[in-house]
Amino acid sequence: MKLYLGIDLGSTTTKAVVMDANQVILGKGITNSRSNYDTACAIAQNEAFIDTRFSLFRRQMSTGAVELGTGAVELGNLEAFLTGLEANFRLEQFLRQLRHLTEISMAEISKGRVDQALRTPLRDKLEQLFEEIAVEALEWFRPGAAKRSDFFRDLAGNAYMRGAEALAEPDGVTYDMLVNVYDKCIIRVENTLLDLSLEGNMGKALDRSFGDGGRDGLSEEAEAEIRSAADQVLDISLEVLNAVGTGYGRARLPFPKERIRSEILCHGLGAHTMFPGTATVLDIGGQDTKAIQVDPEGIVTSFQMNDRCAAGCGRYLGYIADELNMGVQELGPLAMQANKSVRINSTCTVFAGAELRERLNNGERREDILQGLHRAIILRAMSLLARSGGIEDEFTFTGGVANNEAAVHALSTLVEENYGKRKLNISANSIYTGAVGAALFALRNVAG
Amino acid sequence: MKKNKALEKIQQRCQALYEDLNLATVRAWKAEAPGRKAIGFMPVYIPREILHAAGILPVGLMGADIEIIRGDAYFQSYICHIPRSTIEMAVNGSLDALDGVIFPSICDVIRNLSGMWKMMFPDKYSKYLDLPQNFTPGLAGEYYIAELRTLAADMERLSGHRITDDALRESIRLYNRNRELVLELYDLRAEKPWQVRTVELYLLLRAGNLLPVEEHNAMLEAYREAIEGEERQALDNSRIVLTGAFCEQPPLGLIHTIERSGCYIVDDDFVLGSRFLTAPIPEEGDPVANIAQTFLDHAMETPFVYIAEKEKGEALVRQCRRRRGEGVIFSAASFCDPALLDQPMVSAAVEREGIPYTEFKYAENTGQFQVIKEQTGTFSDSIKLWGNE
Amino acid sequence: MSAQVTRIKPEADQPLPGNEVQKERSMVLQKEMIASHYKALAASAETGCKVVYTFVPGNLNELIGSFDNLLPVHPEINALQNAMRKRTGKMVLEAEKLGHSEDVCAYVKADIGMARSGNIGPSGTRIPDPHLLLLSYTGCFTFLKWFELLREEYNAPVAMLHTPYQGDGIVTDSMRAYMVRQIKEEVIPKLEKVSGRKFDIDKLREMLARSRQAEDDLVAVLESAKNVPSPIDAYFGAVYYIGPIFSAFRGTEAAVEYYRELRKEVEARLAAGQGPVTPEGEMGPERYRLVVEGPPNWTSFRDFWKMFYDEGAVVVASSYAKVGGLYDQGFRHDPEHPLESLADYCFGCYTNLNLPSRVALLSKYVREYQADGFLINSIKSCNSFSAGQLLILREVEQRTGIAGGFVESDLVDPRYFSGANIKTRMESYFQMIEQKRKGAA
Ligand code: SF4
Ligand code: SF4
Repeated sequence: MKLYLGIDLGSTTTKAVVMDANQVILGKGITNSRSNYDTACAIAQNEAFIDTRFSLFRRQMSTGAVELGTGAVELGNLEAFLTGLEANFRLEQFLRQLRHLTEISMAEISKGRVDQALRTPLRDKLEQLFEEIAVEALEWFRPGAAKRSDFFRDLAGNAYMRGAEALAEPDGVTYDMLVNVYDKCIIRVENTLLDLSLEGNMGKALDRSFGDGGRDGLSEEAEAEIRSAADQVLDISLEVLNAVGTGYGRARLPFPKERIRSEILCHGLGAHTMFPGTATVLDIGGQDTKAIQVDPEGIVTSFQMNDRCAAGCGRYLGYIADELNMGVQELGPLAMQANKSVRINSTCTVFAGAELRERLNNGERREDILQGLHRAIILRAMSLLARSGGIEDEFTFTGGVANNEAAVHALSTLVEENYGKRKLNISANSIYTGAVGAALFALRNVAG
Repeated sequence: MKKNKALEKIQQRCQALYEDLNLATVRAWKAEAPGRKAIGFMPVYIPREILHAAGILPVGLMGADIEIIRGDAYFQSYICHIPRSTIEMAVNGSLDALDGVIFPSICDVIRNLSGMWKMMFPDKYSKYLDLPQNFTPGLAGEYYIAELRTLAADMERLSGHRITDDALRESIRLYNRNRELVLELYDLRAEKPWQVRTVELYLLLRAGNLLPVEEHNAMLEAYREAIEGEERQALDNSRIVLTGAFCEQPPLGLIHTIERSGCYIVDDDFVLGSRFLTAPIPEEGDPVANIAQTFLDHAMETPFVYIAEKEKGEALVRQCRRRRGEGVIFSAASFCDPALLDQPMVSAAVEREGIPYTEFKYAENTGQFQVIKEQTGTFSDSIKLWGNE
Repeated sequence: MSAQVTRIKPEADQPLPGNEVQKERSMVLQKEMIASHYKALAASAETGCKVVYTFVPGNLNELIGSFDNLLPVHPEINALQNAMRKRTGKMVLEAEKLGHSEDVCAYVKADIGMARSGNIGPSGTRIPDPHLLLLSYTGCFTFLKWFELLREEYNAPVAMLHTPYQGDGIVTDSMRAYMVRQIKEEVIPKLEKVSGRKFDIDKLREMLARSRQAEDDLVAVLESAKNVPSPIDAYFGAVYYIGPIFSAFRGTEAAVEYYRELRKEVEARLAAGQGPVTPEGEMGPERYRLVVEGPPNWTSFRDFWKMFYDEGAVVVASSYAKVGGLYDQGFRHDPEHPLESLADYCFGCYTNLNLPSRVALLSKYVREYQADGFLINSIKSCNSFSAGQLLILREVEQRTGIAGGFVESDLVDPRYFSGANIKTRMESYFQMIEQKRKGAA
């Protein structure tokens, strides 16, 4: 099967998107960028290909290309089964990484720097800790369960710290010792290319799904059919005809120059792919803000970016969240409870804390200040938009801040006041916008 | 204590005028008679007499502490704030009452703003008034007189009124009186800073941006009278001279903050156009030539005026002595080239004289006063300690 | 003939260096001119020459040169040359330590920083203190403050020349008369005083005649960029081409020779269908033709140029190449009207034009040079250039129908050159032009 690959090597996350010749997005993969770009890239790609095979699997089964025999299932049931299967597959991947973490942690303990007397108790504690995580993981990967993150580092790390706190003893194996082992090993796990492929883990995932009566009303014949369908999908050869890279780390990709496109162009084209009516794009990411105008083909006709000062970008909200001792994702909902908007004049990251404290001291409510802050960020974006040529219909908003309801609220209000009614598009998958654009560039460059 | 009704009325009027960003006052003035025109001007100084003599209302524009929605789209982050709010107000219609704007030559930002105006509002009058910078006697007079005559001709065309010499002399008389009244209040404040509060004085000057000079003169006189009847308590504050704020103005809250932190401001360069000429313009003789010559001989020494062959900072030191200032606060707008380039020279002069100083930057929309309060408070304390030793 | 010229002559006749490093003869000439000027400055105490500091825009080089014993120093040029040698970071910090604000023009701070650390110029020799500060206040307010600062620094007299701004886009008779009067009654007497010699108007005329000759050749060089492909780069490359005529050499024999030579070389390149020479080597095929507004960044001059080179982008016209005079718009120094023409020269420097005139000129360049891009390099230091540039961008886009690009940097303060940010913008900009072309085709 002929495919096109787009990779967006961002400063915090790396995304990969796989597209077929009909511009249908088959697979998406994401991982944190870490220090090693090559690994990040490989993992994101790998994930995108796994996702692609799941799509193909779905496609093949739901189009009836595979006969399900006598016990053929309802399509709805099949969907539930597939969701469950994917969850099990993710669980297998997680466990694979956890095993690796266990191995190198044990090896680390033997490495001499740990007090001889404490080695055995430390090993015991770790074993217990990892076992507990493995059990807990079964919960996280149940279909529909809410996870804090998709990244191994976050999931494992969080559970590990909690476990370490519970198991630590003041005069034996201390919390610090446990954390120390983790810190040393996690980076190595992240930078090792483990076999997390579909091929290597699907069998186990299927076993898990079909075991323990998890068959969900599927007959044995159906199981056989599904297993053979899985084999067939695994057998399809996936051939990447062209790949295009973009993003902050694009220069690090082992691609020739023609296969590297700027973030801005990819972003414009990606937004166009996701919402074909797009004329104006606003992207507010962690480090920068971009205002982009595109033509009906998704080609960028004009753009503006923030200057070297990161005022008003996502990072600013991060500082504010730290200052308030809250999670970034909690800011928006709180701001939505405001009665009024306190005017905030500076979205300078350096003064963020001071300004906030002063407002609080003056007796302003947190909610109202936060609403003002969101408005201030959007005002900065509005001036970039104005510089780039205004806001045309339709208007697509992407980047991390697009998930923040207070920011969206401020934006739609200001857009309407200043430009009139505009259709505002926000995609749940907006983080993939750049990679989608890159994939479409890959396709167009081959086609054209 | 009985309420000082007269004072209260003036205060309220001033506050209302300060908040009149949409220039309702100007609109009302224009509506009083058909064909009236009003022309705005940016800081610091223009010869308002010429506008007045043509029956035109000069309106002082000094930016504003408003939310900027469109103005930022025109200026990079490293440019001061006043052009942003000015464009904001122009674009959102707040300045519609004006028939034009004059941009005096105080810096490259205001200069370039004049060209932006020409492009953005081609139907309105806009003029860059290049005040002479060569003060060597005899060199700039003819040029400046010619500039003023061009301006006068423009004003005549705009208003449809001829500017007679007599009318211009009368305008000079009124503005001389205005400068005199302002200076009296400055003197009075230096004498009794607890009596004439800086915020009050500041708002009085700001009122002069919108009011016809006749009305403003009356207001200044009324204030003078009203304040006599006030009994206000003197505090143990230190006496400071504030400088650097001649163009973009600090928000009111900042002026309050400085006073509350224990500083009496005994001289400043707020709304400086009101007293930019340090001597009255002669009321006899060729009025245009008189306006020009008074500028050349008696322009105040400020950062945007080239000071030939004199020691930089001498004027500030003199001012400090005259007002019995015990310290200097350099408060410049962020990114204000003339103020900030001037500061190292002038602060060195102040230092040589043993006058303590402190410095900070602000913007017209500064929302944080806490840090400044601590700074000026500490400064004031140190002056008192040092002075009592 | 003026002092510095006699020194240059013999060296200029030396044979060209070997073929391995193929240097154009004009480059060699220019190097020698500059070196000999710095040498003359270093030797001024012995030769008895007096030193006049003055600014590039609106400089009265012929007038200074006509005295024979006066040597000009251009503080901006020291600053930018130091920046290209990566020395200004420290100088700027030095000035900031002395109380100069982070917010103001970095040229000034680099200059103050240099003065405070021995006044060692870019050539490594000491720059003598000024005997006179000739303050040609043309097109930039900061100049006033700069020389007030230097006056405090060196305790030197100042001759003030206030060039009125073309606020209404015109030069009136009274503006011109004011200038001539200042030159006659302020500038010349002060020059006479430091020089100890009488002003000789015939010498001035001779120099102006030579200026004119060189100016003709310079214009031919700049306008060669109207050809497709262009044999020159009119921004990065032009920095070298304008060097002599914007500074100490206008009106000298050396400059006449330099521009004659340069013009020959450019014409030869044109005939051979060659593109511009760059530090990275011969430019590849011309892929983009740009008009650029704003000065270059000096601290990363080469990196910045390389971003253009890598993409096959040639700058065909720039406003920066006009800061020292709009010769391509017809102005020439005129020996028949010496003082008036000095005045007119000052009036016409690019930053002395109002914004509507700047927009008109830039739009004209886009059309006449068949540019497919318009880029602004917005300089933090310089409000004279930068204030209003976002409106210029919009207006030029509207008038020419091409999309503009916008990057931000600084002149000599290395802290304000963010390579990654600029590269992203530049790449995106070039790719955007390319995509548009593809779309149109
Ligand atoms: S604040 Fe300073 S830099 Fe800004 S416009 Fe006023 S004088 Fe110019
Ligand atoms: S502000 Fe601009 S024109 Fe003025 S000295 Fe600095 S760089 Fe030159």
